[in-house]
Amino acid sequence: MQVSREEILHIAKLANLNLKEEEIDTYLLHLQDILNFANIVSNAPVDNLNETIGANDSYNVFRKDEVKVFDNNEGLLQNAPEKERNMFKIPKVIQ
Amino acid sequence: MAKEDYEVVIGLEVHAELSTKTKIFCSCPTEFGAAPNTHTCPVCMAMPGALPVLNEKVVEYAVKAGLATNCSITKESKNDRKNYFYPDLPKSYQISQFDKPLCTNGSIDIEEDGKTKTIGITRIHIEEDAGKLNHNEFGSGSLVDLNRAGVPLIEIVSEPDMRSSKDAENYLRKIKSILEYIEVSDCKMQEGSLRADVNVSVRKKGAKEFGTRTEMKNMNSFRSIVRAIEYEAERQIEVIENGGKIEQETLRWDDVSGKTFSMRDKEDAQDYRYFPEPDLVAIRLSDEYIENIRKNLPELPESRKKRYLEEYKLTEKEAKMLTASKYMSNLFEAALKICGNAKAVANWLLSDVSRILNEKEIEPDQIPFTAEQLAKMIMLIEKGTISSAIGKKVLEELFENPKDPEKIIEEKGWVQISDEGAIKEVVMKILENNPQSIIDFKAGKDRALGFLVGQAMKETKGKANPKMLNDMFLEELNK
Amino acid sequence: MNITKLTVHELQEKLKSKELTIEQITKAYVENIEKYEKDVQAFITPLKEDALKQAQEIQTKVENKEITNSLAGIPIGIKDNICTKGVKTTCASKMLENFVAPYNATVMEKINNENMINLGKLNMDEFAMGASTEYSYFKKTRNPWNLNTVPGGSSGGVAAAVVANMVPWALGSDTGGSIRQPASFCGVVGLKPTYGLVSRYGLVAFASSLDQIGPITKDVEDAAILLNVIAGHDEKDSTSTNKEKIDYTKALKNDVKGLKIGIPKEYFGEGINSEVKQSLEEAIETYKELGATVEEFSLNIADYALATYYIIACAEASSNLGRFDGIRYGYRTENYSDLKELFRNSRSEGFGAEVKRRIILGTYVLSSGYYDAYYKKAQQVRTLVKKEFDKAFEKYDVLLTPTSPTVAFEIGTRSNNPLEMYLADICTVSVNIAGLPGISIPCGVDSNGMPIGMQLIGNKFKEETILNAAYTYEQETKFRENYEPTFKGGAC
Repeated sequence: MQVSREEILHIAKLANLNLKEEEIDTYLLHLQDILNFANIVSNAPVDNLNETIGANDSYNVFRKDEVKVFDNNEGLLQNAPEKERNMFKIPKVIQ
Repeated sequence: MAKEDYEVVIGLEVHAELSTKTKIFCSCPTEFGAAPNTHTCPVCMAMPGALPVLNEKVVEYAVKAGLATNCSITKESKNDRKNYFYPDLPKSYQISQFDKPLCTNGSIDIEEDGKTKTIGITRIHIEEDAGKLNHNEFGSGSLVDLNRAGVPLIEIVSEPDMRSSKDAENYLRKIKSILEYIEVSDCKMQEGSLRADVNVSVRKKGAKEFGTRTEMKNMNSFRSIVRAIEYEAERQIEVIENGGKIEQETLRWDDVSGKTFSMRDKEDAQDYRYFPEPDLVAIRLSDEYIENIRKNLPELPESRKKRYLEEYKLTEKEAKMLTASKYMSNLFEAALKICGNAKAVANWLLSDVSRILNEKEIEPDQIPFTAEQLAKMIMLIEKGTISSAIGKKVLEELFENPKDPEKIIEEKGWVQISDEGAIKEVVMKILENNPQSIIDFKAGKDRALGFLVGQAMKETKGKANPKMLNDMFLEELNK
Repeated sequence: MNITKLTVHELQEKLKSKELTIEQITKAYVENIEKYEKDVQAFITPLKEDALKQAQEIQTKVENKEITNSLAGIPIGIKDNICTKGVKTTCASKMLENFVAPYNATVMEKINNENMINLGKLNMDEFAMGASTEYSYFKKTRNPWNLNTVPGGSSGGVAAAVVANMVPWALGSDTGGSIRQPASFCGVVGLKPTYGLVSRYGLVAFASSLDQIGPITKDVEDAAILLNVIAGHDEKDSTSTNKEKIDYTKALKNDVKGLKIGIPKEYFGEGINSEVKQSLEEAIETYKELGATVEEFSLNIADYALATYYIIACAEASSNLGRFDGIRYGYRTENYSDLKELFRNSRSEGFGAEVKRRIILGTYVLSSGYYDAYYKKAQQVRTLVKKEFDKAFEKYDVLLTPTSPTVAFEIGTRSNNPLEMYLADICTVSVNIAGLPGISIPCGVDSNGMPIGMQLIGNKFKEETILNAAYTYEQETKFRENYEPTFKGGAC
């Protein structure tokens, strides 16, 4: 599949990444290269095979509904680039 | 063409927070109202390396909700990631369910003007709630609080089967009542634990195709849902009538102006890139598990209504109204247990209590007094300690400052006057002051008696025993 | 006695016989870090002072018999994508340059319970994406066998530190070969356990369905000992398997008589360096001499598996790395006026080129219109790969392949061509795709004296089988007695 400039810009937007003008072509080239290789999967003999979901076959791994309080609450906020009154500060968001 | 030529089509996506003790993927408490970011841990704060583990109660509650709404339960289910960036979504993906929701293909019945209508339920799935963005009152910017991040939700998606704002209200009330009955959500709309995304479209009557729909997100009061649907339907009809086209978009309802506004940049087309959550494993539910939940399902509003008709001889309307809210219905049963008078409890709840709820615009679960207090008030009337007129005043007081009704009437001096001497004194005084009424009565005008009793009530501030007053006036007038 | 040349099981004996003290051991390693770090560049955050202090404390406690663990006081190095409470965990990224983990990974809890001593956090490719450790934001680690070559990756700092005797052993992580390939390049032992055997809680996720933590050690016995420490069910990781505990050291029987070894011939085809091939063929002869039965067979999945690997790993990574948004932790741009700019600029400035490349690929294969052609198809191929391995393990106990098609290459020679870099993972990724255990052990050196690695693949949860096969070969060939790194080259 041929990837267009518009497409890679759209993808970058979805991923919340900026691509500088001079980067676009390199990323496009690399993506195209890798996709060309990845296209091998379309020829794999998988017609009657289910998709693998998760890495192992286990199921019903549940947790009991019991409260456990995390013991290092300050640690959770110590890395915040900006905080105020124990909340993470961000530019104003109009909801 | 006129408005009457159009039909409104409504579908609801109801989000209900489940009343589990802990969050869906970690052991943090779910309680509402804690100090910011204190109900958090590496998992719900999306620290690098933290992993989710599913709360078993969440699955159980969702299956309960599915069975109570006649859904099929999916035996082999899974969780999926829904990817998008927003500051209240710490992982930048929400763990939800995409193509294998826990429950599918259900329905519930709603009633309007005595007619029953079935509303289809497409699916119910489990997912995590997002955090909260607070406006910074003391400075610039917004502040992120992640206490709510990871609180379990079920999303109940309806078919586009509703045709009026009234339908939508009835449907949502029914969903709320069912979730309350099966005790999976406290459904406190004012705290946001029940909210709905409302999809609205219009089409010409008789048309087979649906019109283009718009969506209003996160609506959390019945009143604004009704208003928003009516406004939006009218707006859409107007656009079409003027030759315009409806755009599929998300709108924001503004309660103050009573209008909808466009919300998202058009350029930001969403693509959620759903894929199976690799940090969680499959959910496999056995027939035994499902049947066990079905067997233990609490009584639902329908069957409770039937019971009220048979056991307490209430009217269809009374039974329906009482059972609409589990809180109301529980209050009814608890008060009834104490005072033994079903008719009286029903009357009080459906007339005066409901009137006050309406005036205050609050829901039954916000009633501040207890069943015991209500029952005591009714018993005081039955004993003749107070009149029903005073009863109404006691009820108003119970809403403002709930306490033992006996204390209230004692403090307010509202005890009914049943002393023969005291009643006689009042009767004599009123007769003396109203000679014309005596003449009228003797001339055969029965209304005069009512007037005199009313005057005596006024004189005693409603405290006189009305039966005794009546009897004594008759006795004196007939002398 | 050169303390740092001893394996951990040898150190344990010397501690037991009181020939050595915990403080002596830690001090010897700290000295080696000081001696070699400028050449090798293995550490992101060395914890030399902390380690010395801890050694003293543990020494006292052991003397007072407050602590009796047999591994008490043994130092260890930790790959810098494993969360260590109160210590920086950077993933070799500008994004997490100053990130102090608020909690310990489950494996760190286990290490701490043994009273082992953390010597520091080791270099890697940024977010474990790479095969040469050249994609670290901080530094390029050099291969101690030739300082002009790469140590492999992504656990390059880990393997280099072990072979340079800067740590006695260490924990790495392996998503597509990130333990085995650097172990091969650096001439040490690297084990990727079965998916689900070791808890991933606290391992900063690259690709959730492929990642596993595992040991990089000087010899096979040490790998078994360290696996004993870190294996086991963890209720914090839904994908960790609940199985009875095994003592892996008991599996080391030094006997492979009757062991059925399968040689998938596709792993010896074109693209495999001839010296690598020759060395592997000699290893196969050794196994035959030791009494194993060896048979060639066809496992025609290598190319599919590699394509599938890059689709799945990048898809999961694109989602896993969404949380680095500049709000709660990590790098925040100085250059923003609204939320959108905060998100985009923080991520664009905080991530390196390779990470961005993989996020873009992963976002692409999950996006609407392409999901079915790539992601869905890849998950079907994954089922195919598992089935083919299942078939192979009906016939064989162990599969033997090269770990990497080549020996360590020169720094800067491949990092500009992503696809070529990805192709180097061809021997290792199918093991992750199928969730199997794999071990790399040295089996010789090439004409330039660079180590060559042999990979042994086992069936699910058959770590014992591959450990014994590796151990038996190691006892016979004694690589460590014949070869050691020269620290030649460098000064670039």
